[in-house]
Amino acid sequence: MSILVDKNTRIICQGITGKVGLFHSQQCRAYAKEFRPNENVFVGGCTPGKGGTEVDGFPVFNTVEEAVKKAGANCSLIFVPPPACADAIMEAADAGIDLIVAITEGTPVIDMVRAANYLKGKKSRLIGPNCPGIITPGVAKIGIMPGYIHKPGSVGLISKSGTLTYEAAWQLGNLGLGQSTAIGIGGDPIIGTTFIDLLRMFEEDPGTEAILMIGEIGGNLEIQAAEYIKQHVKKPVAGFIAGQTAPPGKRMGHAGAIISGGKGTAAEKIAALEAAGVVVAKSPAEMGAAMKTAIERRNKK
Amino acid sequence: MKIHEYQAKQLFAAAGVAVPKGIVAKTPDEAAAAFTELGGPLAVVKSQIHAGGRGKGRFKEHPEQAGVVLVRSADEAKANAARMLGKTLVTIQSGEEGKTVNTLLVEQGLNIARELYLGVVVDREAGGPILIMSSEGGMNIEEVAEKHPEKILHEAFDPAAGLQPFQARKMAFELGLEGEALKSAAKFLPAVCKFFVDNDCSMTEINPLVVTKEGALIALDGKVTFDDNALFRHKNFEPLRDLNEEEPAEVRASNTGLSYVKLDGNIGCLVNGAGLAMSTMDLIKYHGGEPANFLDVGGGANVDQVTEAFRIILADPNVKAVLVNIFGGIMKCDTIVTALLEAYEKVGFHVPLVVRLEGTNVKIAREMLANSGRNIIAANDLTDAAKKVVATLKA
Repeated sequence: MSILVDKNTRIICQGITGKVGLFHSQQCRAYAKEFRPNENVFVGGCTPGKGGTEVDGFPVFNTVEEAVKKAGANCSLIFVPPPACADAIMEAADAGIDLIVAITEGTPVIDMVRAANYLKGKKSRLIGPNCPGIITPGVAKIGIMPGYIHKPGSVGLISKSGTLTYEAAWQLGNLGLGQSTAIGIGGDPIIGTTFIDLLRMFEEDPGTEAILMIGEIGGNLEIQAAEYIKQHVKKPVAGFIAGQTAPPGKRMGHAGAIISGGKGTAAEKIAALEAAGVVVAKSPAEMGAAMKTAIERRNKK
Repeated sequence: MKIHEYQAKQLFAAAGVAVPKGIVAKTPDEAAAAFTELGGPLAVVKSQIHAGGRGKGRFKEHPEQAGVVLVRSADEAKANAARMLGKTLVTIQSGEEGKTVNTLLVEQGLNIARELYLGVVVDREAGGPILIMSSEGGMNIEEVAEKHPEKILHEAFDPAAGLQPFQARKMAFELGLEGEALKSAAKFLPAVCKFFVDNDCSMTEINPLVVTKEGALIALDGKVTFDDNALFRHKNFEPLRDLNEEEPAEVRASNTGLSYVKLDGNIGCLVNGAGLAMSTMDLIKYHGGEPANFLDVGGGANVDQVTEAFRIILADPNVKAVLVNIFGGIMKCDTIVTALLEAYEKVGFHVPLVVRLEGTNVKIAREMLANSGRNIIAANDLTDAAKKVVATLKA
């Protein structure tokens, strides 16, 4: 079992005729083919004005609506340039896409506010933007992560970051811990899906036995998550917070990674998570080990 | 991107946000002429630097001279300007080294009845922009938030619709504004919120926002930060950028598509990905070292970027060792090693280099490093990397 992505997921890419969009669409298609050779999982792409053409075997549509009608898409992977990202998200939602995964980095914040408002009351779920995507190992990969580092298993992995997620998946794999689903939620100030949404889904998912969440400085999503864990999550949870050494007032790469007015520090987030019973790794080298500890601790009870 | 107060006020004025009458001066004579032209009995001469705390700040060259002064004559304006222009102002936010003042803003004095605080930011919890106000004008808002959270008012608004007049009135009533001031607020507050949205700001702060004895609301100060991601649709902001106010290495990095933040330690780091880059700093600290920087080379690290990244790191005289931490995903480890080796040659490394690689094609990559004949220390994992780089400083 898994969350959000399963064997019924049918993917298209918005921005498929761009170099990066095409490359990752090919990678995602190959990943699905490896595990489900007889199914057509990646069903095409969208580029306005290039509808009716084909690129490396992918049918191209003018609009997402057309891709839904003609190719049965229910999931969209967004690779459009930042000025067009919010528009692409809204188009996907309007077309009734269930899962929208926006990889694009550098979307203006006000655009995202508009897109997030637009999504309210619609059935679509947005992951990102500015994220590595989502993978259910052995089923489908919708994003830019290297597929092979994610082994199938029962840990739900949630992270704000890209390469740090890979690092975590790698460490888990080395300890024999695969993932049910791994999701990068993105490093922007306004994102579609937060820790709490995913904690709830993982808690409810019978295929997930434990959860590893990786946060960073800035905002208070991790504090809210800690509060949620305390009240609602029974499965073992481990965590890590990046940016313990980050200076205040400086943006650390991600648009959202900034300590402002003394708020959003790693220390307060770690304290909140620990107070909620989460096993927090002190060093990024110990993320996998922290997960193992949390599972073992639960098994003893 | 940050801009100066005088630039913010010029943009305010164009957007219908009231500001005091003011003139920019770049020489003492211009400051004297500005005073005369304003024509009032008194004027305020304000240093233009990006750091806050200017009024309490003092000049290195003239320890008695404040960064913001009240003057009563053209001669006084000129004498003060001479002690400010080209001199170094140190404030609570400028760092010990201070900032050189190249521009002054000379403004008319106002009949101030009250001083308020106004700020607009995008609030993550609200999922959109919020207007923040407080009766405690002129104070550090973070301090007010800490000590008197009840004195801070919030009003979220829809960026498409803007702040509605009823929201402005609600805020004004809560702040105790009456008569003319209430009417002014109903125009002023929506105008500031519209300014924030139209210009893609990350922050617009007016502290203090003054209420004059005549009941007008006027922006006595103005601090504006633009969302860097939206600059593509505001080409007119480009000339407002003041490179003197930015860390040169950070400017250089951003020109190459790198994300770099200078820190105070002595171990330079080069990492792919922002989260892993932050974690690498934490890891160094955890093992007893001090990181010299945050540096994210991004996902597609090529030879030019890695070379420039090494140059930026090594240009910092504090750097005594460098740690490279790469998790190769789609970007394969061997591709990165090729770039690393070429960059290593080009820059002429003079401090120990520890490299930790993991991910796609890592075996080939490690062999390439081992056979390179370069003095590069290979690490097996994260912990090993941190321990090895810290050890090089003790050797």
